[in-house]
Amino acid sequence: MDSVVLIYKGIYILAIFGISLLIATYSTYFERKIAAFIQDRVGPNRAGPMGLLQPLADAGKLFFKEEFIPAKANKVLFILGPGIAMLVAAMTSAVIPFGDTLILGETSFDLIAIDVNIGILYIFGVVSLGVYGLMIGGWASNNKFSLLGAIRAASQNISYELAMGLSLIAVLMLSGSLSLKVIAEQQTGFNWNIWYQPLGFLIFLICAFAETNRTPFDLPESEAELIGGYHTEYSSMKLGMYLFAEYINIFVVSAVMATLYFGAYNFPFMENLRNAFDDPVLGNNVVTIIGVGVMFAKIFAFIFFFMWVRWTLPRFRYDQLMKLGWNILIPLAILNILLTGGGILLYEYFTKG
Amino acid sequence: MTESLFFFFASLTLLCAIMVVISKNPVYSVIFLILTFFTISAHYILLNAQFLAAVNIIVYAGAIMVLFLFVLMFINTGKNVEGTIKRNVLAKIAGTVAGGLLFTVVVAALKDVTLGHPDPAMYNSQVGMVENLGKVLFTKYMLPFQLVAVLFLVSMVGAVMIGKRETGEQNF
Repeated sequence: MDSVVLIYKGIYILAIFGISLLIATYSTYFERKIAAFIQDRVGPNRAGPMGLLQPLADAGKLFFKEEFIPAKANKVLFILGPGIAMLVAAMTSAVIPFGDTLILGETSFDLIAIDVNIGILYIFGVVSLGVYGLMIGGWASNNKFSLLGAIRAASQNISYELAMGLSLIAVLMLSGSLSLKVIAEQQTGFNWNIWYQPLGFLIFLICAFAETNRTPFDLPESEAELIGGYHTEYSSMKLGMYLFAEYINIFVVSAVMATLYFGAYNFPFMENLRNAFDDPVLGNNVVTIIGVGVMFAKIFAFIFFFMWVRWTLPRFRYDQLMKLGWNILIPLAILNILLTGGGILLYEYFTKG
Repeated sequence: MTESLFFFFASLTLLCAIMVVISKNPVYSVIFLILTFFTISAHYILLNAQFLAAVNIIVYAGAIMVLFLFVLMFINTGKNVEGTIKRNVLAKIAGTVAGGLLFTVVVAALKDVTLGHPDPAMYNSQVGMVENLGKVLFTKYMLPFQLVAVLFLVSMVGAVMIGKRETGEQNF
């Protein structure tokens, strides 16, 4: 029994890892296609039908390019930087519930890799480590532009982490649990957290853009003033790792937003569908499989939103970025906590007497 | 299993901590310090205190050490400052004697320590879980908790005061 669960968990973790890599790979393709659509171009269309093999061609090109390490660079840290970025990005998806339980025979399988009771803190901790890959890589390049990019990345991540954490606290006050599985279970049907936390979601969304270094917050790699930012000196697959880690981060942060605010695998009328089947096991499994589809639909919607914003909005100026983070988002997040606390107290006063 | 894991992490912690001190490059020191925080968090997890482990990583590895690295990158871009400082022989001898004395004092103090053995029947293994921790903090230790919060607020106001631009100072 125990070994069955262990083998299942191993397979599940490998599957989630593979899926995040696959989605990150094809995010590059869809990014270019969406950019092309917005700018009224065609986009990649040579490799395979509709250019579908383009990510494979890109990966092959990156692998066969010259591995270049600058002479004055710190070699160990130069190689370690992209490694850390990739490792940290791939670690995060372990605690995200991609679905409810599947019941096969007498065993029920949870569609979550590890259900720790501090799930959201785990994600927060791992995300806060992501900046080390950028900082170490940027510093080890021994190049002023790389260093400036690394320092921008560090100060930006620290500034927006605060507002992100504060906006999360309001969600935790509603749910009363740090486990993502419990938070997902509480949002059954259409009872999503976004209806209770619209302001918190907005703050979290802006901070998610800043944490993943996406436009309009991509100042660490702004090509107009810093050449390439922290990855100026990188070539070949080491550069590919940095770019790839960014897309994995987008996938993970989309999954976290879908779980926290948009009901994870829950969809409207799921209870009616579950009760429509005579066999409760079959009903549960059908609802779970549709739920996994719904979860991924939500994640893809968020990934599309990230790309849409990137090709629509221009970049911030650096002082505007800091002003937005410290003077606007953090006070707003604290106000959101106060409002949520007051709302919970009022609700309890009127319902429990 | 737990005991061998403990010894593995303990030796790893000591190794990383020693490397923090003996690394010539300050950036390496910071990286080894981050590894030390990770291994300490592993100890917390062995003690079933997952909340403490996560918060240790978020606060120390995720925020404070980023600032350390941030400052180091500004003041030192890869130059080896260690070799440029000349120490005379007398300072080396004095350092050895002082270090040896400190070591003797620590050994002498730890020699007679009796370790507390918690009663296995009374011990609650769930004491480190976040629910129990929160309950204790907001009931039994309410006053110290609030005082620490006020202390942090005071230091935050102080930092803002120091960092604030004087009127008439140039923006950039």
